Amino acid sequence: MHFLVCLKQVPDTSEVRIDPATNTLMREGVPSIINPYDAHALEEAIRLKEKVGGKVTIISMGPPQAKEALKKAMSFGADRAILLSDRAFAGSDSLATAYVLTVAIQKVHESDPVDLVFTGKEAIDGDTAQTGPGIAQRLGFPQLTYAIKVRDLNDGWVTVERKTEAGREVAKAMLPALITVEKELNELRYASLPNMMKAAKYEPEYWEAKSLPYDTTQLGLKGSPTSVVRIFPPPARSGGDKIDGMKDPQGAAAMVVEKMFQQNIIMTHPLAKGGKH
Amino acid sequence: MSVVVDKAKCIGCGACVVECPVEALDLVDGLATVDPNKCTNCGSCVTVCPANALSLPEGAGSSATKNSDAEKGEAKEFNKSEPLPDSVKDYAKTSKKKEPVVAGGDVWSGVWVIIEYKHGEVAPVSWELLGEGRKLADAIGCDLCGVIVGQDLDPVISEAFAYGAEKVYVVDDPVLKYFRTEPYAEAITDLIRKYQPEIVLMGATAMGRDVFPAVATRMQTGLTADCTVLSIDPETKLLLQTRPAFGGNIMATIQCKKRRPQMATVRPRVMAMPERVEGRQGEIIREELGISEDEVRTKVVEFIKGDAKSIFLDKAEIIVAVGLGIGSKKNIEIAQELADVLGGTIAGTRGAVEAGWLSHDQQVGQTGVTVRPKVYIALGISGAIQHLVGMETSDFIIAVNNDPDAGIFRVANYGIVGDLFQVVPAMTQEFKKRLQHGVAK
Amino acid sequence: MENFDVIVVGGGPAGLAAAISAARAGMKTVVIERGDYPGTKNVMGGVLYSRATEAVIPEFWKEAPLERPVIEQRYGFLSGDEIFAAAYRDPAWAGPPYNAHTVLRVKFDKWLGQQAEKAGVMIITETVVEDLLYKGDNVVGVRTGRAEGDLGAKVVILAEGVNAFIAKKAGLAPQLRPDTVAVAVKEIIQLPQEKLEDRFCLEPGQGATIELFGDSTDGMLGTAFIYTNKDSLSVGVGALLEPLIRKKWTPNDLLESLKAKPYVKRLIQGGETKEYLAHLIPEGGYNAMPKLHRQGVMVVGDTAMLVNGLHREGSNLAMTSGKIAGEVAAQAIQAGDVSDQAMSVYETRLRDSFVVKDLHKYRKVTGFFEDNPHFFQVYPEIMMNAARMFFTADETPKKERQKQIMKMVFEHRSKGALIGDLFGAWRALK
Repeated sequence: MHFLVCLKQVPDTSEVRIDPATNTLMREGVPSIINPYDAHALEEAIRLKEKVGGKVTIISMGPPQAKEALKKAMSFGADRAILLSDRAFAGSDSLATAYVLTVAIQKVHESDPVDLVFTGKEAIDGDTAQTGPGIAQRLGFPQLTYAIKVRDLNDGWVTVERKTEAGREVAKAMLPALITVEKELNELRYASLPNMMKAAKYEPEYWEAKSLPYDTTQLGLKGSPTSVVRIFPPPARSGGDKIDGMKDPQGAAAMVVEKMFQQNIIMTHPLAKGGKH
Repeated sequence: MSVVVDKAKCIGCGACVVECPVEALDLVDGLATVDPNKCTNCGSCVTVCPANALSLPEGAGSSATKNSDAEKGEAKEFNKSEPLPDSVKDYAKTSKKKEPVVAGGDVWSGVWVIIEYKHGEVAPVSWELLGEGRKLADAIGCDLCGVIVGQDLDPVISEAFAYGAEKVYVVDDPVLKYFRTEPYAEAITDLIRKYQPEIVLMGATAMGRDVFPAVATRMQTGLTADCTVLSIDPETKLLLQTRPAFGGNIMATIQCKKRRPQMATVRPRVMAMPERVEGRQGEIIREELGISEDEVRTKVVEFIKGDAKSIFLDKAEIIVAVGLGIGSKKNIEIAQELADVLGGTIAGTRGAVEAGWLSHDQQVGQTGVTVRPKVYIALGISGAIQHLVGMETSDFIIAVNNDPDAGIFRVANYGIVGDLFQVVPAMTQEFKKRLQHGVAK
Repeated sequence: MENFDVIVVGGGPAGLAAAISAARAGMKTVVIERGDYPGTKNVMGGVLYSRATEAVIPEFWKEAPLERPVIEQRYGFLSGDEIFAAAYRDPAWAGPPYNAHTVLRVKFDKWLGQQAEKAGVMIITETVVEDLLYKGDNVVGVRTGRAEGDLGAKVVILAEGVNAFIAKKAGLAPQLRPDTVAVAVKEIIQLPQEKLEDRFCLEPGQGATIELFGDSTDGMLGTAFIYTNKDSLSVGVGALLEPLIRKKWTPNDLLESLKAKPYVKRLIQGGETKEYLAHLIPEGGYNAMPKLHRQGVMVVGDTAMLVNGLHREGSNLAMTSGKIAGEVAAQAIQAGDVSDQAMSVYETRLRDSFVVKDLHKYRKVTGFFEDNPHFFQVYPEIMMNAARMFFTADETPKKERQKQIMKMVFEHRSKGALIGDLFGAWRALK
């Protein structure tokens, strides 16, 4: 079996702020990490490899520094890592990113057919959850999103449990397929020292745009139908009204509930639906 | 079992936090706190603590390293993977981009809302989007249409008219009984290709965020996820799509200038619910599904109805969260009652989780889940910064705490200083009264 | 099991300096670091001295992520709301060869790690060394906490920092005692560059440091400090652990009390706290220095207690000791002799350098000030009173005023005690 994992290096978003003066992202000094969901995607691929045999290939699109994320990923037991890095890719939205990754996956696939592609459900910097399904669509693979458990991999089908609003759905897809994963899927491992050493010495393959048959009009800003026209800090939150509920808890409660209805914070119909009556 | 902190001895110097190799320690309210799920009992912190405030639990080894072995199981042989379909293989060469269409062109017209119908229920966000879609359609001067894809849809059609759709496109087919990406994407894409709407919207639900990227990819157009504000640029008539990014730390406004349709998924409960007018009529357009069951490569095996507590905490629209102020596991009942009335989800602080009152996947904050619900009700939560960073981007925050100086009040829209055991049941009663009243109306 | 010539435990300045000098001498070298990358767990006040750094990386200032070159060092005594301060400033320090720079360790150590990799050092991160590996009595490598985690080496250099687990196990580091270890906490407070330069009277590309004694540590033996970074201040306070515990101060309380002092408050006003860091500092000095070597092992930096508390120097001692250890390791390996005798060259060279000489000079300081706490309690007050009386213009004739001052001094401390103090301090510092 050949497992392929798409992985993104992201800034640790809990430390990203916007500069109120210039409206730009302040990313300096913000540590880069492997997108947490992708780490679980990689873990699952490696577990399956250990179970059924085969190999794990990692592909990432990003700046040259993303090499660090790939080297780290190698220490968990992957076999090959490819970094797609080119100025032509810069500014890609999710449609263009999926295109960049898909063409590279196809190249890998030609010489070494891929059975199962894993991606995180979303990247924590963009939160779009669109790249995984975009790749599946372009590859023509069926997709299973929000996987919280891989139940079975057998007879050319993969069966997973998916997380949805109303509960867990058990669904299966015919291989080759693509799965996007939640963190609950597995526990990340602690890499062995020989794998750490191997990863420290490993140099990821470095693919530029010209080494693949790209239609350059579909790359980067040019190939991205969406464009950001403005970024701004979310409205600053300042403490609102403080209501004394010591003497008259009933009254205070009633007042706050009243305000919530007045401001349409709570709306009668849909909310009533979820309740137990 | 994890490392034990003697809170009386802890001086809050943070030496152990820095030392911990697995980031299981944190300073909460100036005292060292252990995350039992991360602690490996390695003892590093015990050795560095200058005040001897840390100790290993009895029986724990001094260097228990966690190595997660792969699950044991019988491996079976697989079919060799099938080659890719030719059309896909040559993707890079064959997928010629369509001639870009210009905003305001006469070919692409209408605002569409994909109505999510699943397990016999319509996701309420679909109706919210008909309300929002109405405003957008009026700003452009075009039709507002609903799209319903599924099986046995007739009762939904009349509802769509009642919530304001002028036209409803329907694809009703047994293959669409359960949601699966392939047939749903097929049905929606075929409709879009044939009728060429200018804007297509859907709720940012598990289903919307699964099928829309597939549709947008097929259409080779732009898609903006999880929008919280939509509007029409008065000059260009383009859809302005605003969404939070970077974990809610920034807002971004996004446009799709040259390709059509303009597509967006929208966060549930952000847009106002429109008025429902019984008996409204409109045009119904039915189309056949262009894919048969044999061609669908995904199957739904079963559905396990979830208990709401741990499902999508990060996507929950109403969260009732408890802190140590709730006092005991049993007292969570009063929070649960409030959550039930509102259709909300229970969550809590690290303290509440560590006390064993809630499970780890219910923890909101730096080391738990980051949430941004429409309403966050904080009960007995002091508001440590580690908690605030996980919830302060919530749209509306209510806090109940008996300490008037609690940090939570700094982020709360409304804060009630009082005894939560009196205030919360009163709130529950009040909501119950009004919501029943609202439904009866 | 993979074999190396040199294994360095710990990726701080001492360890990286050791690894770089070993690798440059042709040794197959690996650094094993606990953090995500070198620097993640490293904390210091934030002053890096140029000489020692340049010995490891010539002209490091051209590339390294430094904050500001220090052109002014200010010393102050705090008493209540009052301060008595003195400063030395030399703008020439803003250019090569420099004297010292302020740095943020997270950035600097990461960069130093990259320099080590360039020199051919392998760096293994997020890995804890659990013990030395022995063959008979000989050290032949280390055992890490990872699966299949043994590594072989001819020489192991322990640069673990202040909490020296492995060195302690090997009998090469003493147990830390509350009276030989200080706990220091600091905050990084962000401030717009322009504001910062105005407040400290600096041009762009100049930096200043302030050390505060006396009330900043509630009369305990310790210091507070304020260092200027590019667009932030490192504000911290450190004190010996033993009096902290006795007086029931938490380090954070000390820091908050420091920040509330009128003199400090104005300097940090409007700043946003970005980070809170805590660290232990070995203050044992010369008397607490462990045996620095055994067969196949050397200890460097904080692990070897190489900190000069009085001059708040540590990173330079660390880097110099690391560099020497790396060189000694390479020579020993090349000569085919890693016996204790061969390793002792390290100690000899260290004793010949400023590192041990300085520590030896100040060997009595900590003990002296600890035994004479009034130095940090009574003298600041005397100084403040004297200064106030001296500078207050209220028509008292100057001669009369001087008399009053002397009288005040003797009320606080008798003539005999004063002379005793003076003599004691001279003996401790000479």
